[in-house]
Amino acid sequence: MSFEAQLAQYLASGLVVGGVYALIGLGFVIVYRVTRIINFAQGEFVMLGALLMVTGRHLGLPTAAAFVLAVAVVAVVGALLERVGVHPIRRAEATAALIVTIGASIAIRGTALAVWGTDPYALDAFSPGPPLRVLGASVVRQGFWVLAVAALVFAGLWVFFTRTYAGSAVTACAVNPRGARLMGIRVERMWLLAFALSGGLGAAAGAVIAPITYATYDMGLMLGLKGFVAAVLGGLVSPVGAIAGGFLLGLLESLSAGLLSSGYKDAVAFVVLILLLLAQVAGWTPWRVAEET
Amino acid sequence: MRIVGRMIVAVTLALWTLTWGAVPGGAQEPYKIGAIFSITGPGSSLGIPERDTALMLEAEVNAKGGVKGPDGKLHPVKLVIYDDASDETKAVLTAKKLIDEDRVTAIVGTTLSGTSLAILDTVQKAEVPLVSCAAAIKIVEPAAERKWIFKTPQSDQLIVGVLVDHLKARGLTRVAWLNVDYAFGQLGWIEFEKAAQKAGLTIVANEKFGQKDVDMTPQLTRVKAASPQATVIWSIPPSASIATKNYADLGVAGPLFQSHGVGNKRYVELAGPASNGVLFPAGKLLVAEQLADTDPQKPVLLAYARDFEAKYGPRNTFGGHAWDAIQLVLRAMEKAGPDRAKVRSAIEGTRNFVGITGVFDFSVTDHNGLDRRAVTMTQIVEGQWRQAK
Repeated sequence: MSFEAQLAQYLASGLVVGGVYALIGLGFVIVYRVTRIINFAQGEFVMLGALLMVTGRHLGLPTAAAFVLAVAVVAVVGALLERVGVHPIRRAEATAALIVTIGASIAIRGTALAVWGTDPYALDAFSPGPPLRVLGASVVRQGFWVLAVAALVFAGLWVFFTRTYAGSAVTACAVNPRGARLMGIRVERMWLLAFALSGGLGAAAGAVIAPITYATYDMGLMLGLKGFVAAVLGGLVSPVGAIAGGFLLGLLESLSAGLLSSGYKDAVAFVVLILLLLAQVAGWTPWRVAEET
Repeated sequence: MRIVGRMIVAVTLALWTLTWGAVPGGAQEPYKIGAIFSITGPGSSLGIPERDTALMLEAEVNAKGGVKGPDGKLHPVKLVIYDDASDETKAVLTAKKLIDEDRVTAIVGTTLSGTSLAILDTVQKAEVPLVSCAAAIKIVEPAAERKWIFKTPQSDQLIVGVLVDHLKARGLTRVAWLNVDYAFGQLGWIEFEKAAQKAGLTIVANEKFGQKDVDMTPQLTRVKAASPQATVIWSIPPSASIATKNYADLGVAGPLFQSHGVGNKRYVELAGPASNGVLFPAGKLLVAEQLADTDPQKPVLLAYARDFEAKYGPRNTFGGHAWDAIQLVLRAMEKAGPDRAKVRSAIEGTRNFVGITGVFDFSVTDHNGLDRRAVTMTQIVEGQWRQAK
């Protein structure tokens, strides 16, 4: 195997995994922008999406229907989390809501354990067939689905935020909640919308990666953490930043595992995160984490 | 008033028979055995069949009235089973609970090497016999320092030895190695490196991956670039299954070998067609029907497989580890009763015990009691287990 082919393989793997991290990271950013809450149940949305997708397929639904159903159900779960957990304490400090989301993540994981048990579930790829060759790298077909879903979601969100009234309203709440309220935007509605949206995003990520990683009740924790790192890499308030952060993290993991040593894969990713954060604190980067707006 | 008086007498009598009256003629004091399995968490594909087997054995023994102790009377068996969630800290806490609160005579488990190593100190200090269901040889060696500890699965040393001999016999001398980066995988690597060196194999790649990683393609790309004649992956599902799929998708040449950690149908289900042709060293349970009729284990294996599959679905070697561990404790209690020190001596004195994992011969210096007869190379062919030559 030539070095170029190896490099292509690392890049391909990194892009696919990075697409997943980006989708999860986006969920964090959308909630954080509007509510200033870090939603630690984001990883559990991914897990729910994956397991619901598996269940939908086992019940005989076609892939598209199972996908839409999983996304819709988890969006409702996200909305419920906002109504039941976050809304009642919306005037408390953001840390209180953060604790609520940690509690919610444990509750969701426990419920999934009770419903689905501890076994991992396999799921057929969306389109069957052997892996495709790209520049000497072999990429599983589901990898293209991951990238396609990520691209569709990014495009959809871009249209939503820049071309629709509701999207502009969400952005307004992110930029200046008081100003938005004075303009007649119902900020509380936007909170609900943000949570539902992040639920749907997480579910989409989970549903599309289930054929690659299998679905288990405890998959959310690690994926949520990686998504959070992606969001922080991108500055936590910027959707574009989260997307870039996700791909950066995926590529870093893959390249360090391939070119350095697989034993230090996670260490490399986290060291880069720390260095970037330090660089931001020192003012060496053009963007800032969680910039107050 | 007389009626009330009679009623009081009747109620008192009834209560007396229900409580104290039961003792002389009825059941004896139960024999309590503790069990710690990884029923949830990453080790659950191993821990759940272990728990199922334990419950099956408990019901089976109690249906016969229990265990006949040294006092000549039948004692019902009570298993106290806890879940350590595949977590070292929780394993230590549950071990303490079994020793101090439940006051069990012996403990069976844990499921994983890491959790077993974690509870060693607690168990040794409390002087309670432990029969582990985990792989690492370090759990029971050196035996002089592990007086109270036994284990039933084949040690990684034994398993790796059979694998390395197989590789050498087939002339597969350039070997790539990948392992999951926790106790099971790391200890497997230590044994493999030693055995491979001794056998004159060349290790052309040595890679690690995380238990919850979603993609092992980068590591396998390095493996592919090293162009090995054979690749060994040391892990358990689901990560073992993901790695198997990645291996097939990348089209790495040469046969793929796995550890005994993939000895369940879950591995095949998750890896799908990519598992076709995979070879791994394991106990004989998976290929029980294909064994020679002269094999002393064959009847025991067939009986266990029949009972287990009637209740819980496809057999796997992990349930067998629990079967052996509990049987060892029960046999020891037949001789020694509920006395921890005597039970320990009785387990150490067990000879020629035909179990699921192998034929056990324990001694003061060997707390695993197995030899190479307990391992056979197994191949997955179209989703079925075949004994490989």
